[in-house]
Amino acid sequence: MIGAVAIGLAAGVVAGLLGVGGGVLFVPGLVIFIGLTQHQAEATSLLAIIPVALVGAAAQDRYGNVRRGDALRLGLFSVVGAAAGVALANALSGKALQVGFALFMLFVAGQLVRKNVGSGTSGGRKKPSGSRKGV
Amino acid sequence: MTRAPSRAVKLMAIGTLAGLFSGIFGVGGGTVIVPLLVLWMGYGEREATGTSLAAIVFIAAFAAAAQAGYGNVRVLDGVLVGVPAVAGVLVGTRLQQRLQGRTIALLFAIVLVASAVELLVR
Repeated sequence: MIGAVAIGLAAGVVAGLLGVGGGVLFVPGLVIFIGLTQHQAEATSLLAIIPVALVGAAAQDRYGNVRRGDALRLGLFSVVGAAAGVALANALSGKALQVGFALFMLFVAGQLVRKNVGSGTSGGRKKPSGSRKGV
Repeated sequence: MTRAPSRAVKLMAIGTLAGLFSGIFGVGGGTVIVPLLVLWMGYGEREATGTSLAAIVFIAAFAAAAQAGYGNVRVLDGVLVGVPAVAGVLVGTRLQQRLQGRTIALLFAIVLVASAVELLVR
């Protein structure tokens, strides 16, 4: 129980700082410290993300950082992808999903490092090397 | 400057991709949305962050509802994690207005790599 609360607090701070829903920490936390299966952890993470994103968005909105029209469209356009993604996740074995998730975390880590260590000191927008982002 | 029609198409593409990521990995999709809004739509970092969080409310709700249909959602654990996380996000959002975020991003990257390794060797 304390583990779950600690996971929640830590992931929440990261969510607020980096603009993610916290899921990339919720999922491994729920698997490693709470002992959920990968499928349960992913599903439960989605539920936990909702209040986090809601409060985070409201706080950001007060700073004028939310383009509401775009956010609404992004959200509504996601419904087909979300349904397809969940169906795909449930078609995969827990082990396959876990390996895929680990690779996803490494990708996120690489993205963070590249953004924060790259050519410019503050995430330069133009890279002279012309490197392509594989996002 | 991008024109209006291509903006709508871009939002649709980003939303669909974010939904897919969210559904497959159980995340909000911010890791997809934020960089795409910045690189593809000319958003500033903070606007991308804020707009992404607002979109994630819908995305996570859709994906969670779909997962509930498979019986995978553990409601009590979700509440135990999600409610304290709300307190965390308030702190994080406040800090974001003051901090460069660079150190935190790098520390977070280390935590991610460590967790990934843990999942891989389990």
